[in-house]
Amino acid sequence: MKTPVELKYVKTHEWVRFTSDTECEVGLSDFAQDALGDLVFVNLPEVDAEAVKGETICDVESVKAVSDVYAPVSGTVTEINEELLDAPEKINEDPYGAWLFRLSDVHDTEDLVDAETYEKICAEEGN
Amino acid sequence: MAEKTPLYEEHVALEGRIVDFAGYLLPVQYPTGVIREHMAVREKAGLFDVSHMGEVTFKGPDALDNLNRIFTNDYTNLKNGRVRYGVMCYEDGGCVDDLIVYRRGEEDFFVVVNAANRHKDVAWIREHLQGDVVFEDVSDQYAQLALQGPLSGDILSSYTELPQKYYSFIDTEICGKPVILSQTGYTGSYGFEIYCRPEDAVFLWRTILQDERVIPCGLGARDTLRLEAGMPLYGHEMDATISPLEAGLDFGVKLNKEFIGREGILNRTNRHRIGIQITGRGIAREHCDVYIGDEKIGHVTSGTHCPYLKGAYAMALTDKAYEVGTKVLVDVRGRKIEGVVAELPFYKK
Repeated sequence: MKTPVELKYVKTHEWVRFTSDTECEVGLSDFAQDALGDLVFVNLPEVDAEAVKGETICDVESVKAVSDVYAPVSGTVTEINEELLDAPEKINEDPYGAWLFRLSDVHDTEDLVDAETYEKICAEEGN
Repeated sequence: MAEKTPLYEEHVALEGRIVDFAGYLLPVQYPTGVIREHMAVREKAGLFDVSHMGEVTFKGPDALDNLNRIFTNDYTNLKNGRVRYGVMCYEDGGCVDDLIVYRRGEEDFFVVVNAANRHKDVAWIREHLQGDVVFEDVSDQYAQLALQGPLSGDILSSYTELPQKYYSFIDTEICGKPVILSQTGYTGSYGFEIYCRPEDAVFLWRTILQDERVIPCGLGARDTLRLEAGMPLYGHEMDATISPLEAGLDFGVKLNKEFIGREGILNRTNRHRIGIQITGRGIAREHCDVYIGDEKIGHVTSGTHCPYLKGAYAMALTDKAYEVGTKVLVDVRGRKIEGVVAELPFYKK
């Protein structure tokens, strides 16, 4: 399982890549995509939607089930990765390349943890 | 405490993701993933452990009478070596279970039932037996493998002769292991089911998997395959509150004979099982409500993304029949997505 050290994570298995002090990309971790299995549908948020830390922002569906995606931080959605709408399998193939949406005005970042801490969280869940 | 099938250690060794299904620890998928497992069955071959299925036998002079009275289908003209589908109903027409009957002799029948219903079925049957018949639950004497896919005949023919017709079976051996081999399955693809002694299951599993054209498949693919093939699943398309006619199983219900639940079935509503192809964006799942305009017409009983057809499909129980092509809306978590009534099965080999 990959956990790039340059990214931040939350315990609900989203990753955050900061592109500036107040802007970031959000995606699903390798642990998450593996646990979900083959993804076949993504339901992305609207541009300009408000992300509220800890609340459902969109959802993804595997063959078997639908899973909520939680906003790891608060902010405003500036862009969604439309490529995923027709190719949700990219989340399985390249979880850290397949960002779901971009946020500006990022705040409420206190739930973010580093890669090492996140790996421990995954290890505990895996047991 | 969930039971392990004789193949449990094989699933663990193959890194299957184990779940408790109907009281059995079985793999929902292997690292290959549901989509590749599904496609293997449509294009090559996939091997499933279905040892959880229940098996019972009816033997004796009144065996046939009991089948014909307790089950909805008519087994009178079922030939030795052939298999026939059927349903078992409560008096009110609701379904106890669905099943398949193998005729092994004039007075000798082997019946395969759903794992989750096994104990309920056995109790129901015992309660309704009449005459000179010996009924036995033999589930623990059999393990079951399903080899499904267009290449499955080629693969098995290096070990044994094959039952040539769909829904026929033979008693044979694979590498000296006695098996019942039937041309049956729950995937909609050409394929076989193999009933063997539990102690031979690991050997047969490994022998078949030696062929590089076969991959092991889990319950996830079993479910997407049967749904793509429009096959009903007990607990979804039918249950104690749904009659076999409402579930669209007319071919397995013979109303011209007497059987338990016949009157109940006739007193039922006009509810109907329909197929829906989702044309909007999203996946309809079980329990989603189905509408025409603002009028609710029913609910989804099973729905998923079908990997071979590359789209979302669902089966639904509706208030009446609707013509193929009728536009519907499915409420997916508060969002109404578009669909169209589609012919069942969605996939036909």
